[in-house]
Amino acid sequence: MIRSLIALFLFVITGVNIAVAGEVTIAAASDLNFAFKGVMAEYERTTGNHVKLTLGSSGNFYAQIQHGAPFDLYFSADIAYPRKLEEAGLTVPGSLYQYAVGRIVLWTGNGSHLDLSRGLEILRDPTIKKIAIANPTHAPYGRAAVAAMEYAQVYDRVKDKLVLGENISQAAQFVESGAADVGIIALSLAFAPPMQAAGHYWEIPADAHPPIEQGAVLLRGGKNQERAKAFLSFIRSAEGQAMMTRYGFVVPAPR
Amino acid sequence: MNWMAIAVTVKLALLTATLLLVIGLPIAYWLTFSKWRWKFIVESVVALPLVLPPTVLGFYILVAIGPHSPVGRFYSDLVGHPLPFSFEGLLLASILYSLPFAVQPFAAAFEQVDRRLIESSWTLGVSKLKTFFRLIVPLSTAGLITGAVLSFAHTLGEFGVVLMVGGNIEGETRTVSIDIYDEVQALNYAGAAKTALLLLAVSYGVLLLVYAMNRKVWVVWSQR
Repeated sequence: MIRSLIALFLFVITGVNIAVAGEVTIAAASDLNFAFKGVMAEYERTTGNHVKLTLGSSGNFYAQIQHGAPFDLYFSADIAYPRKLEEAGLTVPGSLYQYAVGRIVLWTGNGSHLDLSRGLEILRDPTIKKIAIANPTHAPYGRAAVAAMEYAQVYDRVKDKLVLGENISQAAQFVESGAADVGIIALSLAFAPPMQAAGHYWEIPADAHPPIEQGAVLLRGGKNQERAKAFLSFIRSAEGQAMMTRYGFVVPAPR
Repeated sequence: MNWMAIAVTVKLALLTATLLLVIGLPIAYWLTFSKWRWKFIVESVVALPLVLPPTVLGFYILVAIGPHSPVGRFYSDLVGHPLPFSFEGLLLASILYSLPFAVQPFAAAFEQVDRRLIESSWTLGVSKLKTFFRLIVPLSTAGLITGAVLSFAHTLGEFGVVLMVGGNIEGETRTVSIDIYDEVQALNYAGAAKTALLLLAVSYGVLLLVYAMNRKVWVVWSQR
């Protein structure tokens, strides 16, 4: 009995750490959640490499990478973070690249009476109890949402109604579940199948907030730099760019 | 269901419980038998994780083992990779976080052992170490199992500390509770519900075990 327990114990302890042959570890802003599922599947199919994807808020990843998080690649929703990492010497020199420009939308569930075509003005509606956005202190989409509300001069009126998601996916989940009446989320998430089925959106004009320039960078601390480079080239290929465009990212023109 | 996350979690919880058994026994022994007047200071430190927000604990651990601290630098020079956002870093955090869940039941069990038996053993010339392993430990098995099982279960459901020092890396630091959080954000409620149910069932099973065991112990004691 004791002996078989010990055997089981050793099996569990040692069995898990067997690494898959070709791995690449990616930290990605959570607006990439759905777009990357397709991109990763295609990359894994063509190269045979396995992608380990961690989604979260760009600002949190920035802090984690400074503390030594072992990611190979970092896709930030705000290019300022990878730029700062580059200045701190934590990246592979010359690898910083702007992969897309993000857009934000007003989103509400199918059951809502709100007429989104009225734009950000709709946020003044007194029946709205909660408005979901990403946390502006560390999530770029949250900052864009605040800027857009300030631009439309509704921010002071609604700031007590804001609920903050830890990242943009959580903000989307808040409003998708009906816990918030309306949300300001990433266009890429509004394009995601479960969100499309559950509600509708209105695109906030790009000039209502500073552009959400999104940057990717190879990290010096990563262990799989060659494979990470291959993933980056895949994103930059015509095929990768087409997938990103399908999910609502404005992809910079090829150079 | 994410079997990779389940495997990581079970491995983490098993290792945490095992190491806490090793680390917790001497601490609990000292807390029980020491006559030091300022003992309560150490007792309070051991109990701190019970009341400290996991984010506070996680923050301190992150700073303490990160590349900017001497400890973190020493470790990464030695092993070749930094301690935070690795399985070992998570293990260290879990041990600190679950320390009171092991030490307190251990100490409570030692306390219940009849002092006359222990002192007889000592006066008969049996060494303190031998007395501990041949008398105190056998008489406190229920408490030892309770401590190990509780720290196992507590580690299974750990979230805040894992989020702070783990970094959510697949196969390394993505535990079941983090996986549920990810699934909810990906709007995959069905996936989250399955894993959540598993965690609920395991946690309840573990508590059933602990309470059933302690009931038996009470019966034995009341007969004495």
